[in-house]
Amino acid sequence: MIQRIRNVVTLPLLSILLALLIAALLMIVSSPLVRGRFDPLLPLVAYWALLQGAFGSFNGIVQTVVSATPLILAGLAVGVGFKAGLFNIGAQGQFLIGAVTAAAVGAFLADSSGLVAIPAALLAGLLAGAIWGFIPGALKAYTGAHEVVTTIMLNYIALQTVAYLVQGPLRATGASFARTPSVGNAELPILLGRNGHLGIMFAAIAVPIAWWLLYRTTVGFEVRTVGANPDAARYAGMRPRLVIMLTMAFCGMLAGIAGAGEILGITGYMPAGYSTNVGFDGITVALLGRANPIGILFAGLLLGAMRAGSGLMQIQAGVPVQMVDVLQGVILLFLTAEVVVRYIFRVRAAAGGVDELQTVTRSYGGSSGSGGGGA
Amino acid sequence: MTDGGTSQPRPALEMRNVTKRFPGVLANDDISLDVRPGEIHALLGENGAGKSTLMNILYGLISPDTGEILLDGKPVEIRDPHDAIRRGISMVHQHFMLVPVMSVADNILLGEEPMAGPIFIDREQAHRRIEELGKAFGWEIDPDDRVGSLSVGWQQRIEILKALYRNARILILDEPTAVLTPQETEEIFGVLRRLRSEGYAIVFISHKLYEVLAVADRITVIRRGKVVGTRIPSETDEDELAELMVGREVSLTVDRGESHPGEPVLAVEGLQVRDDRGREVVHGVDLEVRAGEILGIAGVAGNGQSELVEAVIGLRHTTGGRIMLKGRDVTGASPRELHALNVDFVPADRHRYGLVLSYPLTDNLVLTTYHEEPYSSGIRRNDEAIAEHARKAIEEYDVRTPSELVDAATLSGGNQQKLIVAREFSGDTELLVLDQPTRGLDVGSIEFIHKRTIAKRDQGTAIMLVSAELDEILELSDRIAVMYRGEIVKVLDARTASREEVGLLMATGGRQDSSPRQEPAA
Amino acid sequence: MEFIYDVPVIGILVQLVVYLVDILPVIGPTIMVLATPIALGALCGFMNERSGVVNIGIEGMMLTAAFVGWFVASIIHQAMPASPEGPLGITFPLAMGLLGAILAGMLVSALHAWLSISVRANQIISGTIINIAALGLTGYLNILLSSTQPPTAGSFDRWVPPSVITEIPIIGWIFKMFLQQGPIAMSVLIFVVALQVLLYRSRWGLRTRAVGEHPRAAETVGIDVIRLRYRNVILGGIFAGLAGGFLTLEATNGFQSGMTVGRGFIALAALIFGRWTPVGAFLAALLFAVSGAIGTAVRIAPPTGELAGLGDLLVPIPGQVFAALPYIVTIIVLAGVVGRSVPPAADGLPYERESTGA
Repeated sequence: MIQRIRNVVTLPLLSILLALLIAALLMIVSSPLVRGRFDPLLPLVAYWALLQGAFGSFNGIVQTVVSATPLILAGLAVGVGFKAGLFNIGAQGQFLIGAVTAAAVGAFLADSSGLVAIPAALLAGLLAGAIWGFIPGALKAYTGAHEVVTTIMLNYIALQTVAYLVQGPLRATGASFARTPSVGNAELPILLGRNGHLGIMFAAIAVPIAWWLLYRTTVGFEVRTVGANPDAARYAGMRPRLVIMLTMAFCGMLAGIAGAGEILGITGYMPAGYSTNVGFDGITVALLGRANPIGILFAGLLLGAMRAGSGLMQIQAGVPVQMVDVLQGVILLFLTAEVVVRYIFRVRAAAGGVDELQTVTRSYGGSSGSGGGGA
Repeated sequence: MTDGGTSQPRPALEMRNVTKRFPGVLANDDISLDVRPGEIHALLGENGAGKSTLMNILYGLISPDTGEILLDGKPVEIRDPHDAIRRGISMVHQHFMLVPVMSVADNILLGEEPMAGPIFIDREQAHRRIEELGKAFGWEIDPDDRVGSLSVGWQQRIEILKALYRNARILILDEPTAVLTPQETEEIFGVLRRLRSEGYAIVFISHKLYEVLAVADRITVIRRGKVVGTRIPSETDEDELAELMVGREVSLTVDRGESHPGEPVLAVEGLQVRDDRGREVVHGVDLEVRAGEILGIAGVAGNGQSELVEAVIGLRHTTGGRIMLKGRDVTGASPRELHALNVDFVPADRHRYGLVLSYPLTDNLVLTTYHEEPYSSGIRRNDEAIAEHARKAIEEYDVRTPSELVDAATLSGGNQQKLIVAREFSGDTELLVLDQPTRGLDVGSIEFIHKRTIAKRDQGTAIMLVSAELDEILELSDRIAVMYRGEIVKVLDARTASREEVGLLMATGGRQDSSPRQEPAA
Repeated sequence: MEFIYDVPVIGILVQLVVYLVDILPVIGPTIMVLATPIALGALCGFMNERSGVVNIGIEGMMLTAAFVGWFVASIIHQAMPASPEGPLGITFPLAMGLLGAILAGMLVSALHAWLSISVRANQIISGTIINIAALGLTGYLNILLSSTQPPTAGSFDRWVPPSVITEIPIIGWIFKMFLQQGPIAMSVLIFVVALQVLLYRSRWGLRTRAVGEHPRAAETVGIDVIRLRYRNVILGGIFAGLAGGFLTLEATNGFQSGMTVGRGFIALAALIFGRWTPVGAFLAALLFAVSGAIGTAVRIAPPTGELAGLGDLLVPIPGQVFAALPYIVTIIVLAGVVGRSVPPAADGLPYERESTGA
């Protein structure tokens, strides 16, 4: 057991370590632009500030958890998909649709009791995300249209939909910029510190549920079987089409909750230019967490800490917050090019177990969906 | 030297003391082999004996650990297929190496393109040469035909043309008859004999005894990576070759005893089924399988057998007709519903359909039953019951494995198939559908599965056996239905049916027509 | 003619055609500007996918190239601000910038090639990582550089074709559309035609198709699958480089974080819509560009007068619908509603040489 955990954890940790080193080099090289002079100590200052920002105070820690929440949910939205052999690049769109729907329902119920408004707005966001995830699932199941392409397309369609809604029918009258009206009583209560809103509970609950479903139930067995070998699943009497559609809807739901949580818990309304990278971040978290819910929890917290600490890093060290994006990219690069990591650290390939991601479908268009029959 | 004294021409090809080790397997152990111009040298061995490894070494796809290769007496190093082709070696692979969406001409000239200038291909020249080559064998070939639209017999001819187009002198054929009917096989043998008379050196790889006896000048038998003997056909027989190949005496026929057919279990009436592309490939098939009998379905691959099987086990919609199970209409029932009615199924491709290779044996053994008691209650899995079941099944079906927790991928092919058999044969079975149950297995595993199949029949299970191996059909079946172009053209009594009769029905459906196209362009 | 306008459905369609005939000559060059990065990106994808490597990292490749092109041009311009200007506004800094963009595209493609071919990583993940890393890195560097405010090196000029050509009746506007362009946009048509011919007539094309469909068969006739894939993927980077260079050196004269805004993904869509052929992808890119351009045209010069019926229909449609159209069309095409688009059979499958012969 311990051996198995070590096998799974070693590579991600080493990848993070290498990424921190590479990013440090980049900071040193670019230090003249940051500090006006060459400064080999800049990475130390920056990383120290990052740590301080993320864990140096109670509010910092709360901020880390708050930042991690959508990342964990989006990570699950991608990771659970991986288990079913689906590459959900659409967490971004599912998040946005969930967010705008929650914002709309929240604004509509802004004056009702929170006991009504909050569940209603959350449910609306959750359902909207689920529908946005279900669409590519159904397209894949019944037409064979590959989810990688359809979810990317749906991300942009979601973006345009949000732009239309927020600038058009949902636009708050009298606001200085295009945004939806405030959600009022639908705003999530603060549980912890300055901004530890109720939404952090969603991630805390979603992780064990996803884990239990995947590994301890027949439903999860079907999901994993469809992911590992859809043909065998069909021959064994499972229904891959149904599994694919439900899994995609489940993933969309998770991303939708994340979107609803951000609106109801943080901004309180949906601005037209709402900018997020949660889709890409979710992919990073899922890959770093090896598509395992527990791994995703830690990966999400790590990335959340980076996001939470990056503000202080920019203030104290002058390193732009975009440094976190660079770190993220480099971590992923090493995770994928694990041969490099193995070579540098002389780690041998773990015997089995860690290649969940091999099951992710490799191509699109593909072999006419899940075949002809399927009663 | 095994030959009888007369002076022989120098070998066109000689392999000396070739050894190749893969992790955990000694695939080739000190193998020596030679072929002379104008000779067909058969390489006989079981699946997994190391034949393909040896030929892949010769063709530059794998490099040997030790040993050398000589062409016309001179040692050479063959680094890659390009090198092999340059030196006059060509190979017809076990699986077609043809690009289905490309034309016959494109497939043949790929890699050896006649050029008009530095960039563009000289298609006219290519077409001329291909047509000439075809004419030499009396084959009418349209270089613009799409290869994917040709029948397998014609595709095999294209493979041979591909080799000749490259001016090969040494021809390696790796199980070239695996997908052919006896008649098509005979035609390919005719081609080989003719090439022999023209001075080609030919290596013919097979595991079929009568084939090597029919066509070879010399037969070298390998077993577990070692040469165990070289024979001349006139001085040996099937029994001796079989014993050499397997390493012990084998009875070539299963003792299948008398069958005692009971009530009809499966009745298929006027069944129509379409393939993935929506073409009807099963045209009104009637079939009956009774309890305690084995109905063999013979036919060249692609004549609708797979679609028929998929329809029977509920994986494919039917467009007409009925499927009755013990008098009950089960047309349109799902695989899960049929499974609940004790219909079990061994699929043709164990990697693709039969197993989840990345799963432990435990999960593979409950792949069709995981949702039933005691393996789960509600949606909760019961891992203890699953493991317990696995330990029992592994014991009973002699699956060789260190533990029930290893991944299925780590087992040998024979043990993987036993795992599937353990899953599908255990428990009550009304109807057992076997699709190519022994493809690619070693003789030991084949014997094991054949015995179990007969035992299952004797317990009163109705068995439907689909196999491309005519021998398997002839050995196991009580009755044989021949399928041709989506129809059952005849049902024969296995006790009186002959190889030739079944083969002819498979090839022509009992009619007199044979066009190169698989089916009329629809 | 006008009497048809009132016929239901058909009348509106006829009005649409009349409107298009009206505005196409005007917006033709704009369409080509919109289509250029999409078409070039699609050519990059074409080079990858025809040889069996899936590329969803076109977006990241373009973005990197756009940044590097702009950065190189800017630095050289700073060093030699008064370099002489050639035809089409070509200056030494701009030319070097374009070269930098192309090399950057090739370099990122080489990374993708390495990950997908040698490491045999999941190619979709490899492409995704390139997108993430490119967005992060260029965003970071752009923020750092913005504090120093590097001067722009300008951009390539558009050619003004002689009016003799552009005023040819009926087809003159087509010449204008393709010729009233900068050097990069003008080159697109040449690349498209050349690649189309090469794909079906040349040895390279035959081998590429074979490797994309059945790499094992290609290897058994002596073709080096790995080398061919590497070569094609890296050469494909040239087109991603040109697309990126177009964005910062021809269409605009500066870099903005994330400025590709999904063009790489539309390029992918165009490639699929165009069934993995250069000409098909180019036509798809044009179609997508037309839908974008009409969205704008309807706002600026709405159909009026006799075409008021069409105007009443089009003007209320939010601009976002036109913007989303390419994505919707792609989904419809992928779903097989308008004919199926079948990718090369080995697309996305890493190739492994024979290793365990049995």
